[in-house]
Amino acid sequence: MSASSAVPAPEPAPGPDPGTFGRTVLDPHDITRALTRIAHEILERNKGAEDLVLLGIPSRGVPLARRVATKMAVVEEADVPVGSLDVTMYRDDLRMRPARTLLPTEIPPGGIDGRTVVLVDDVLFSGRTIRAALDALNDIGRPRAVRLAVLVDRGHRELPIRADFVGKNLPTSLVESVAVRLAEVDGVDAVTISGTSSGASRGGKA
Amino acid sequence: MKRHLLSAGDLSRDDAELILATAEELRTLADRPIKKLPALRGRTVVNLFFEDSTRTRISFEAAAKRLSADVINFSAKGSSLSKGESLKDTSLTLEAMGADAVVVRHWASGAPHLLANAGWSRSSVVNAGDGTHEHPTQALLDAFTMWRHLGDLDGRRVAIVGDVLHSRVARSNALLLNTLGAEVTLVAPPTLLPVGVDGWDVETSYDLDAVLPKTDVVMMLRVQRERMNASFFPTVREYSRRYGLDGRRMATLQDHTIVMHPGPMNRGMEITADVADSQRSVIVEQVTNGVAVRMAVLYLLLGGSEPAIGGGEE
Amino acid sequence: MTSYLIRSARILGAEPADLLLADGRIAEVGSGLSSAGAEVVDAHGLIALPGLVDLHTHLREPGREDAETVESGTRAAALGGFTAVHAMANTDPVADTAGVVEQVWHLGREAGHCDVVPVGAVTVGLGGERLAELGAMADSAARVRIFSDDGRCVSDAVLMRRALEYVKAFDGVIAQHAQEPRLTEDAQMNEGELSGRLGLRGWPAVAEEAVIARDCLLAAHVDSRLHVCHVSTAGSVEIVRWAKSKGWNVTAEACPHHLLLTDELAATYDPVYKVNPPLRSAVDVEALRAGLADGTIDVVATDHAPHPHEDKDCEWQAAAFGMLGLETALSVVQQAMVDTGLLDWAGVATRMSTRPAQIGRLSGHGRPLAAGEPANLVLYDPSVTRVVDPTETASLSRNTPYAGRELPGRVVATFLRGTATVLDGKTR
Repeated sequence: MSASSAVPAPEPAPGPDPGTFGRTVLDPHDITRALTRIAHEILERNKGAEDLVLLGIPSRGVPLARRVATKMAVVEEADVPVGSLDVTMYRDDLRMRPARTLLPTEIPPGGIDGRTVVLVDDVLFSGRTIRAALDALNDIGRPRAVRLAVLVDRGHRELPIRADFVGKNLPTSLVESVAVRLAEVDGVDAVTISGTSSGASRGGKA
Repeated sequence: MKRHLLSAGDLSRDDAELILATAEELRTLADRPIKKLPALRGRTVVNLFFEDSTRTRISFEAAAKRLSADVINFSAKGSSLSKGESLKDTSLTLEAMGADAVVVRHWASGAPHLLANAGWSRSSVVNAGDGTHEHPTQALLDAFTMWRHLGDLDGRRVAIVGDVLHSRVARSNALLLNTLGAEVTLVAPPTLLPVGVDGWDVETSYDLDAVLPKTDVVMMLRVQRERMNASFFPTVREYSRRYGLDGRRMATLQDHTIVMHPGPMNRGMEITADVADSQRSVIVEQVTNGVAVRMAVLYLLLGGSEPAIGGGEE
Repeated sequence: MTSYLIRSARILGAEPADLLLADGRIAEVGSGLSSAGAEVVDAHGLIALPGLVDLHTHLREPGREDAETVESGTRAAALGGFTAVHAMANTDPVADTAGVVEQVWHLGREAGHCDVVPVGAVTVGLGGERLAELGAMADSAARVRIFSDDGRCVSDAVLMRRALEYVKAFDGVIAQHAQEPRLTEDAQMNEGELSGRLGLRGWPAVAEEAVIARDCLLAAHVDSRLHVCHVSTAGSVEIVRWAKSKGWNVTAEACPHHLLLTDELAATYDPVYKVNPPLRSAVDVEALRAGLADGTIDVVATDHAPHPHEDKDCEWQAAAFGMLGLETALSVVQQAMVDTGLLDWAGVATRMSTRPAQIGRLSGHGRPLAAGEPANLVLYDPSVTRVVDPTETASLSRNTPYAGRELPGRVVATFLRGTATVLDGKTR
């Protein structure tokens, strides 16, 4: 695993050392506040925790989903099932790069049929990852509804997809790179943005 | 660029571990309502079998279909005596049909090697067993099965028992298990160990009883019918007595030791029914794992713009 | 007929001298020779050797004219510097009667590229059961002196004894293909660690050595002549050395490929490297070179074995045994023996011309390059190198194991009884 999740690269890439991440846009407190708000918004929209399933998109969507679930447990005193959904084989750019390592797909025991699934990811960019996730869900079951929660929405959508819950809207230019680091994966919580650093050239679309 | 899987020896430790990890993710597919993934949609996988093996063919077929590949089964009859369908003509035909991968089972050692390197076709070649040479996906599914039961194979002891001389399973397992850090002991009567086996980086023994109490895995090999009358051993009865796994011998194994067999078994010869059907036996699981491992191999060879594993390019 | 004045050739590698060839003989050897009307061949820097004699050539005619004909095979021989080749008997029909050996002999004379000396089969149809009419073949126009079931072993000890005894009547010799048949059933390559790894049925050295040992003892017992074909193992060299130390009448040959190539090549599964006896280990190669250098192995013989493309463009197990050798033999010997310092050019001449001619009882070949001798010679340039291109061979087949390999040397000219069969590297 590399030390950071740099967007647009949706997969671990050789991470630049910490000094090259650029300007911090969310610090650990900001991230916690954003996730708390997302948890509240999801519960509000769903009118409680009933029939909710959180599915994180690996790798950083998974710890985010767990954190959101933890916050929900505090608010509602209910255990919201959390799982992970790997979208690798559903990507539209699968054939454009060497075969990629698969990441875990773990569907909670109750499944997703008839439930409200909230997909959780770190950064929403082109929308292609979410498109792949919707296809992957289709092969697993039939949810009553699918919602999308992201920590950062950086714009530049290439598909008609939008997030229902957003931690922070972050207007960026295409040459900029957004890096999300989380304590569970990277040892530190931070969202940073850098200019024309190496990150900007990592071609994938999130 | 590497694009074939011809020998278990082509796999680095990273390659092998990537295949096992990928197989682990793919294994759960069997529990899902829709047992299908889109990774190989539009790819064509040809099962080219010059030798009957319904089990292996079905396993590859299921693996390819679960990854949404188009599968063509091509059974070309022929033996070392009657050459039958020529490998070259067949491969030219498959090339014309646009096969992305050819899964080949052949009676001649080295036939997949030839298919990959003779310049007849551009397909990826997966060796599904060639003569008395290799059967790399069998070794991968065996390693996967061991790994699921025992965890990391570093320092684990594996006894492979029986007709090593003619066994492609033994060859591939010896290579792969070495790569994964396991300690392999080949157990057989001296007539059924190849000349030069001391250069294989494995232990050998003629004494099954001495090996069993120390081993973590016992893999019994099938004894082919045609060996039985060729003086490799005096009688079937003597073979079973010296090299068969029965209840008495099984009792000398450590508690965690598992019993494997690549199938099909000669019950009562190399393995007794009570052992084959015991709690220690993972023989049925080997079959299940075979599909997951073959999915992993096909995905890693064909899923991307270029393969993530393998070798064989000259 | 044209006479030739060869200028500045290094005879057996010695100081340059001129040779005048006229009326089928070497008319004169010396410096500053001149002759009006003679065609001058500039041999500056070239080695002159007596015309090479091959004891072991498969010309495939009659029967497999798709693989080779007497014409194409002898053309290849001439290009390789040979002035005489012994045509093996495993044709279809088998050369086991006076009629077949005379046919082959006539075909050779018609082609005219080199002398074709038929080898007669030891047993009828190479069947290994009853003796062929050895005397009739000896008395025929082909004057057969070497008898061999090559491709098969005369494994029956009684039959081998009888053959060795019988040929004494006409100074014949039995050339044995030493291969114990039961030990080599379906064998594919040298038995060793590699055969075990590759899953190819092993061909143990003992299958060759046991037969050679038996045959040496038989030859001693009946006081006859034994020639051992294509010795391939270190153990075989030891046995022949021992037999010679006893003073027994045993000679032996080694093939160029066994002097250069090893069984490692089988790992390619490319059947161009499939040959009988198989390529052996590096230790065996060293022993063969040493044996050839010290005279234990008398001669280099090519075992030139052409096969049509389809018999080699297939699975190893299904492929035919054998490789081409005539056009590359001298180059391989240069690389394996001369460039390594094991043999000088005089030694090469002994092993590729003098001794094989003696073993085959050919009076007109293998003679010194001296005035009055038959003008059979080859001019060879050891200073050049070439990359072997299978499509350039004169053979009808392409199964050279040296394809793409760089080999030293080039045959510039070959003369058969004063006639240039090859000039400037091309047949005439």
